[in-house]
Amino acid sequence: MAVDKFPIEYSHIMMFARSVGDTNNIYYDGDYAASTEPGAVIAPPTFVQASAQFDPDYFLRPKIGAEWFGSGKGPTGITPKPKTDAEKSGEKKESTGGGLHAEQHYVYHRHPKVGDVLTATNKPGKTWEKQGRRGGNLVFNESITEYRDQNGELVVTATGVGVRTERPATSA
Amino acid sequence: MALKARELNVGDVHEEEVVRNLTRTQIVQYAGTSGDYNPLHTDEIYTTEVAKYPSVFAHGMLTMGMTGKMLTNYVGDGRLKSFGVRFTSQVFPGATLTARATITAVREEDGEKIVDLDVSTVDEEGTEVVKGNATAKVD
Repeated sequence: MAVDKFPIEYSHIMMFARSVGDTNNIYYDGDYAASTEPGAVIAPPTFVQASAQFDPDYFLRPKIGAEWFGSGKGPTGITPKPKTDAEKSGEKKESTGGGLHAEQHYVYHRHPKVGDVLTATNKPGKTWEKQGRRGGNLVFNESITEYRDQNGELVVTATGVGVRTERPATSA
Repeated sequence: MALKARELNVGDVHEEEVVRNLTRTQIVQYAGTSGDYNPLHTDEIYTTEVAKYPSVFAHGMLTMGMTGKMLTNYVGDGRLKSFGVRFTSQVFPGATLTARATITAVREEDGEKIVDLDVSTVDEEGTEVVKGNATAKVD
C-alpha cells in the first residue's frame, strides 16, 4: 500500500499491542520504554501493516457514504449487478473465492518508534501459479512495500504475497 | 534482556501459548487496530452466506502478530532483524495457538552476532497455521 504519511503514534501502538495480546510494557508505558535498550516506545514486529489506516484508498475499509460488501439488512451491502452474458451461459464462473494473504515477510533496518513519520511506497514483485489441494488453481502475487522515515532512511521492507483462489479455500 | 550467543545452541526451543480460545471480539479488536475491516474476519452473515466459508476466521496478520510477540519475548525488544511467514491454515474462533521458535544457527554477520530461528505456530490439534523464520541480533 502507498501511504504519504504514517505517523507512529503511542495510542495506536498501545491498541495494536492489545489486539495481538502482547503485554510487553514497552508498548504501554513511555517511562518504562525509556529504560529499555531501544529507549522509546517502538512498534511491535507486524505493526507497519496498520499503515492501512493512513491509506485513504485502502479497499478493506468502508468508505463513508459508499456501499460496503459486508452485511447490513441483507448478507451483503452491495447492490447486485446484472449477470453478464458469459456468466449466464456458464462460460465465465462467478468468483466465490477471492483474495487471501499467503505470505508476509519483514526486514527491519531499524524498529519504528513513536514520533517517526513514515512513508510507504509499493512496487509489484513476482507472480506465479500453482494447483492447490482445496482452492483449485491458485495465482500468487508478490508486493513489496518500503517504509522510510522522515529522513528518507529505509526502516522496514515488507513483502506480502496474496493468493487468489477459484473457490473458498476451506472445505466446510 | 537480550540473548547471549555463547549460551545458545542449535536446536534450542522457545515456546509460548499466544492465545487461548480465540474470540471473535479479539478479531474485531485486530480489525480496528490494523485497519483491515474485511468482513471475512468479523461478519458471520457475509462470510457464511456470501463468501461460503464455515465461519469468520482470523486475519493471517493477527496470527503473525501473536507469533511475533513470542519472538520479541524471546529475543528482546528491538532485536529482530527479519521475520517472515507463510499462512498454512486458517485460524477460526475458538483456536488455541502455540508459537515456537527453534534455533537453526548462531553466527556472525558484519561483526554482529546473529541467531537464525525456525518459526512455527500450531493450533490445539497440532495443525500448523504459520510457518516461517526469523533472525535476531544477540549479544
